Amino acid sequence: MKTLAELQAIRDKARMQMKMRGDNREAVRVVVGMATCGISAGARPVLNAFVNEIEKRHLENVVVTQTGCIGMCQFEPIVEVMAPGKEKVTYAKVTADKVARIVAEHLVNGNPVMEYTIGNVMK
Amino acid sequence: MARSHVLVCGGTGCTSSNSGLILEAFNKELEKQGLADEVKVVTTGCFGLCALGPVVIVYPEGSFYSSVKVEDVPEIVSEHLLKGRIVTRLLYQETVAEDQIKSLNETDFYKKQVRVALRNCGIINPERIDEYIAYDGYQALAKCLTEYTPEQVIQIVTDSGLRGRGGGGFPTGRKWALTAPNNAPQKYVVCNADEGDPGAFMDRSILEGDPHSVIEAMAIAGYAVGATKGYIYVRAEYPIAVKRLQIAIEQAREYGLLGKNLFNSGFDFDLEVRLGAGAFVCGEETALMTSIEGNRGEPRPRPPYPARKGLFGMPTVENNVETFANVPPIILNGPEWFSSMGTEKSKGTKVFALGGKIKHTGLVEIPMGTTLREIIEEIGGGIPNGKRFKAAQTGGPSGGCIPAELIDTPIDYDNLISIGCMMGSGGLIVMDEDTCMVDIAKFFLEFTVDESCGKCTPCRVGTKRLHEKLEKITSGNGTMQDLDELEQLCYYIKENSLCGLGQTAPNPVLSTLRFFKDEYIAHVRDKKCPAHVCKSLMSYEIIADKCRGCTACKRACPVNAISGEVKQPHVIDKSVCIKCGACIQKCKFDAIVIK
Repeated sequence: MKTLAELQAIRDKARMQMKMRGDNREAVRVVVGMATCGISAGARPVLNAFVNEIEKRHLENVVVTQTGCIGMCQFEPIVEVMAPGKEKVTYAKVTADKVARIVAEHLVNGNPVMEYTIGNVMK
Repeated sequence: MARSHVLVCGGTGCTSSNSGLILEAFNKELEKQGLADEVKVVTTGCFGLCALGPVVIVYPEGSFYSSVKVEDVPEIVSEHLLKGRIVTRLLYQETVAEDQIKSLNETDFYKKQVRVALRNCGIINPERIDEYIAYDGYQALAKCLTEYTPEQVIQIVTDSGLRGRGGGGFPTGRKWALTAPNNAPQKYVVCNADEGDPGAFMDRSILEGDPHSVIEAMAIAGYAVGATKGYIYVRAEYPIAVKRLQIAIEQAREYGLLGKNLFNSGFDFDLEVRLGAGAFVCGEETALMTSIEGNRGEPRPRPPYPARKGLFGMPTVENNVETFANVPPIILNGPEWFSSMGTEKSKGTKVFALGGKIKHTGLVEIPMGTTLREIIEEIGGGIPNGKRFKAAQTGGPSGGCIPAELIDTPIDYDNLISIGCMMGSGGLIVMDEDTCMVDIAKFFLEFTVDESCGKCTPCRVGTKRLHEKLEKITSGNGTMQDLDELEQLCYYIKENSLCGLGQTAPNPVLSTLRFFKDEYIAHVRDKKCPAHVCKSLMSYEIIADKCRGCTACKRACPVNAISGEVKQPHVIDKSVCIKCGACIQKCKFDAIVIK
C-alpha cells in the first residue's frame, strides 16, 4: 500500500458490497413480492436484476428487499418503491427487462415510470 | 452481487453453541434451494448478546434471530431468504413489537450502548481485510503517516484523554510520550492480550471480531514512539482469536499495510504473535515481557519502567487490546470527539463483560459515567428469578465489590478506586442475595494463591495465609481476632508485593470487609452464613408441625440421614447429613428449612 488513494479505492469497492448492513431506515426501499405467486410469475430474476442494476450504477442508500403476497396475485411480479416522505409507487407485471428503466428513471432521476405502474397495467 | 447477507456470529460464545454448524447448514440449504449466488453467508465477531446465542442477523432487513438451531435453518432460508417472510418466532423477542419489528438499536440491551472499541464486532467478517477497510480501516494509519509527525500523533492521543483499558488506567498518550524520546537501536510495541480475569472476555471478542483494529493501532503506536517491531502476546486458550489474528497479519502484509515503507513514508513496521501458556501473572507488563523473551513469566522490579528498559532491554510501549482498539477512531474523529464522551477524568467508553446473576449475559460498551443501575437493570435486563441485587464485582481478583447501596455510582476509574474497587479489564459479575461475600473473597483468593508466581514472599506466602484464614472463618472456626489479623495481613501484602498481582490480591477481602463486615461477623460470632452458602455453617431441619410424613425426603436422601414412620414427622440426623439439599427440593409442604 503506497498511497491513500489506493486504500480508498479498496474501501469504496468493499463498502458498496456491504452497504446493506446497518440501520437502513432512511434508505429508499425497493420491495419485491416473493410469495409463491410472485416467484412463479418470475419475481426472482426481477429481484436479482434490481440488485445488479443498482450495484452497476453505484446507488447508495437504496435497499432491495422482499415481501410476501399482497393479494393481487394476477399482477405479480409486483414491485413497490418506497422513498421516505414520498408516496409509495407500485409496479405490476414487472419483468427483468423493465428493471433498467425503473432504476434509471425512478431511482436515479426521481420520476416514476408511469406506464409500468399498477394503475396503468390494470387498464 | 448478493442481495442479502446472513451474518452468523463466530465468537467463542456462539461457536461453543454450534454456530459453526449453523453456518454450514446455511451454505448447504442455500445451495439446495438455488440461492447460493444471491445470498452471502458471513462469519462475524461477537454481537454482545451472548446469552441468546447462537445469533444470526439477516440484512438488508436487519432481522435479529436468537438461539438459532441447525433445524431452524431450512425455515429461515425458504421463508425469509426466498419469500421474504421474516420468521417472527425465531426473532429476538424484544425486537418484536405489536405491529412492527424494531431495530436492534432500539432494544434495551443496545440502545444505551456506544460502540467505539467494538464498532466493527458483529458487523464485519474478521477474516477479510476488505471488510475492515470498508469501514474506514487503515485510514487512521494512512493519515498518521502522511499528515502527522509522531509528536502530533502522541498529542492527539494525549488530548483525547484515553487511559489504559487493561486495569490500571494510566494515560495512554503519556505512556507513548515517555517512550518516544528514548533512543535505542530497536524499540518495541507490545499488545497485552493475556486477558486473565475470570469472567472478562472483551479482549478476546475484539481480537475475534476486529483483529485489524489492533494491528492498525499498533502500527500507529510504532510510528508515534519510533518502534518498528511489535508483539501481540495472546493466551493460547483463545484459539479462534489467535487464528484470526494470524490471518489478519498475513492479509495486512499482503496489502502492504505491515512491512517496509508503509504509505511511502519510509516507516517500517511488522508484527508477531506470541502465545501465553495461561499464567495469570503474565498479564502484568514486566512478567509478560519476560515471557516474550523466552523466560519463565515472572515480574521484575520497576523502575526501570518499560518505557526506558522493556522488552529485550529496549524501550517498549505496552498497551492492552481494548486500548489499542480505541486509537484508530480517535485519530479519524479527533480527540475532541473522544473526550466529549465520559466523565471529567475518564473519557470515552468502556467495554464490560456482564456475567453472574443477570439476564443478558454478554458484552456491552457504554460511555464512562453510566451508573451501575443502568448497566444492571436496563442493559442487563435485571436479576433473574425475582431475586434481590446484592453486589457487583469488578476487576476480577484485583478488584472489589460495589454493594447495592452504591448502585447509583457512575462507573469510571476514579469513582471505583474511591470505593476500594477497580475498573480492571472490565469483568462485571453480578451477585444476588444467594451469594455469600466471604465465600466470594475466598474464591478469588484461591485463584491468586494458584496464580502467584512465587517470586516474592509477601504474595507467595501472604495470599496462602489469607486463604487459610478465610477457610477458617467459613468453616465456623474463626474468631474476632482473626478478622483483625486478616485486615492487617491484607495491608502488609499490598505494601510489600513486587508486582500488581500481589499488590491487588487482597482487594476482594478488603472490599468485602468494608461493605459486608456484618457477614464476616455472622460467620465468626453467630456461626451462621446468612446466604446459606458455607456448608459448615448451616444445618437442615424438619419442622414437625408442617411435616406430613410423606417419606418423599427420606427416599431422596442419598446418605439415609432422614428417619421417621409414614404419616409421622421425620427427623434429620445432622451428624450424617451432607447438606446436599435434595430433601428440600422434594418436600411439597415447605417443612424443611435451612438454619
